[in-house]
Amino acid sequence: MASDDIWILGIKMTKFGKHPDKDVVDLAAEAAMAALADGGVTMKDMGILAAGNLMGGGGVGQQIQKQIGQTGIPVYNVSNACATGATALRTAIMAVKAGEVDMGLAVGVEKLAGAGLLGAGGRPKSDKNVYEPKGRYGAVGSVDGRIGTDSMPGVFAQVGMEYGHKYGGTSFELFAKIAEKNHAHSTLNPLAAYTKRMTLEEIMNDVMIAYPNTRSMCSANCDGAAAAVVVSGAKLKTLSLEQQRRAIKVKASVLTTDPWQEACQVLPDVNTLTKNAAKIAYEQAGVGPQDLNLVELHDCFATAELVHYDNLGLCEEGGAADFFMSGATWRDGKTPVNVSGGLESKGHPIAATGIANIWEVCHHLRGEAGDRQIEGAKVGLAHVIGLGSACGIHILEKSGL
Amino acid sequence: MSKQIPFVDYLVLGDKPHLVANECTGCGARFFDRRNACAACFGTSFKKVDIGTEGIVRAFSIVTFAAPGVKVPFVSAIVDCNGTSVRCTLTNVEPSPEQVSLGMKVRLALVPVGTDDEGTEAVNYGFEPA
Repeated sequence: MASDDIWILGIKMTKFGKHPDKDVVDLAAEAAMAALADGGVTMKDMGILAAGNLMGGGGVGQQIQKQIGQTGIPVYNVSNACATGATALRTAIMAVKAGEVDMGLAVGVEKLAGAGLLGAGGRPKSDKNVYEPKGRYGAVGSVDGRIGTDSMPGVFAQVGMEYGHKYGGTSFELFAKIAEKNHAHSTLNPLAAYTKRMTLEEIMNDVMIAYPNTRSMCSANCDGAAAAVVVSGAKLKTLSLEQQRRAIKVKASVLTTDPWQEACQVLPDVNTLTKNAAKIAYEQAGVGPQDLNLVELHDCFATAELVHYDNLGLCEEGGAADFFMSGATWRDGKTPVNVSGGLESKGHPIAATGIANIWEVCHHLRGEAGDRQIEGAKVGLAHVIGLGSACGIHILEKSGL
Repeated sequence: MSKQIPFVDYLVLGDKPHLVANECTGCGARFFDRRNACAACFGTSFKKVDIGTEGIVRAFSIVTFAAPGVKVPFVSAIVDCNGTSVRCTLTNVEPSPEQVSLGMKVRLALVPVGTDDEGTEAVNYGFEPA
C-alpha cells in the first residue's frame, strides 16, 4: 500500500576528515551499521538499499551488502554530483512511498582527502602537434583558462559575483564573513573535519584560490560517510514508543534539475532549480521559510551560501547581503544556517553530504546535539546542489510524541 | 602567410571576427554547441546567428589556482553580449580586483594560442576592456 507518511528511523554520519586506514566500503559500512543501530533495526528489516558514491569505481551498494549483510534486496547505485547523497535518500523514500517496501536504507560515502582542485581536468603537458578540432565546441586545445574556468572555486565565485551584479551589496569581505560564521560554528561540532575558529583577517589573507574565494572559503575535501533508515508511517506504528519518539518526519522530499535559462550553457544556473525545489518543498510540508528553526544549505563555497539564502526564500528577493549582515544566519540568529560548520568547515565528502546534512538537522530536532543544540528546534531544512545540475531539498519535523 | 584556424568552431575569424550561435527558430534560445532539440522549447529548427562583439561583465573570478598546465592568474568572466551570455577569459587587463569590475564594458579581441607543426596558427577569442 502506498504510504504518504515517511519517517527517518535511524541516521548517522561518520567523523569527517582523513581516514587513511579505511576504504570507501569500510566508511560506508560504519555509517550504515550505525544508522541501523540508531533505528533499532537490522539489515533483515531493509527492503531496499540505495547507495551513493561519486569518485569511486561504481557498484558500492553491493560491496556494502557484502560488508554488512547480503539479503538479496534490490540495490540502486546512484550518482548525481554533489546531490548524490540526497538522491540516494530520495530513492529509498520513493520505494517506501510507493508501497513496495516498508523500510529502506540509504548510504552516501566518499574518499576525498587530498583530492585537490575539483572540476578542472587540466590539460596535457603540450597540446597536439597538429591542431585538430575536438569535442562539442570543436576546440583545438584545452579550454580551461583560455575560455573562462572549469574549476569549481572559479565557477562558484562567478555565481556569487553574478548575484552581486544583479542586486549589489556583495564584496570580498562579505563573502569572507560567511566563511567566518561557518568556521565559528564548526568549533562546536566534534564530527567536523576542521574545528578551528578563523578570524576574518585569517580568512581574507588565506591563499587565494579563485577571487573572491580564498582557501578557507572553499569546501573542505575530506573522507566521510552518512546513512539513514527510512520507514513508512504504518510500519513505524508497530515499533516501540522510543523508536516512534526519536523518529523524524520527512515533511518534504524533493529533487529538481535545472530548467533552461539564457546563460545556463556558460555558467551553471544553481538558482532556478533551488527556487523550484524550495517552492515544491514548502508546499509539500505546509510550512514556510519563517517556520524553519535551522537550515543546512550547500555552502560548497562562501559565494554559494549567499545566493541560497535568497533561493530558499530565507530573505526577500535580492536581500541576501542585508539578511546575512543582520546576523540572521549565525546560530543565535533568526534562521541559523549551517550550524554544523557547513561544507567549508565540516567538510564535503561529496556523496555523503546529502545525508550528513539531514543527520545534522535530525540531531537538533531530536534534541541530541549537545553543545551546539538549537534549543526547541521543531522543523529544519536540508539542501544540496549537484552541479550539472540537481537540487535536493528535504524538510524534516520532530515527532509529536 | 600561415594558415589560421579558430580555437573553437563558434569563433569566426576574418575581417570582422565574431562568435556565432545556433538559434532556435521557434523561441530564439541560443546554443554554442549542437542540440537535437531546443532545450527551452523542444523545437528542432535552428539557424546560425552572429553574436554582438561588445558586452558587459556580469560575473567574473580571478583564478589564481588551477589544474597543472593552466596559466594563472587569469580572469574568467561571463559577458552579457546584448542578451546572449558568453563565457570567456578577459585579455589585455591586469588580473586584479582593482582593474576588473562587475558591469565593465568589454569587446571581443583575438588571442593567439600557438602554431602547430604544419604551420597552422590557432587563434582564440577573449574580451578586453572597451
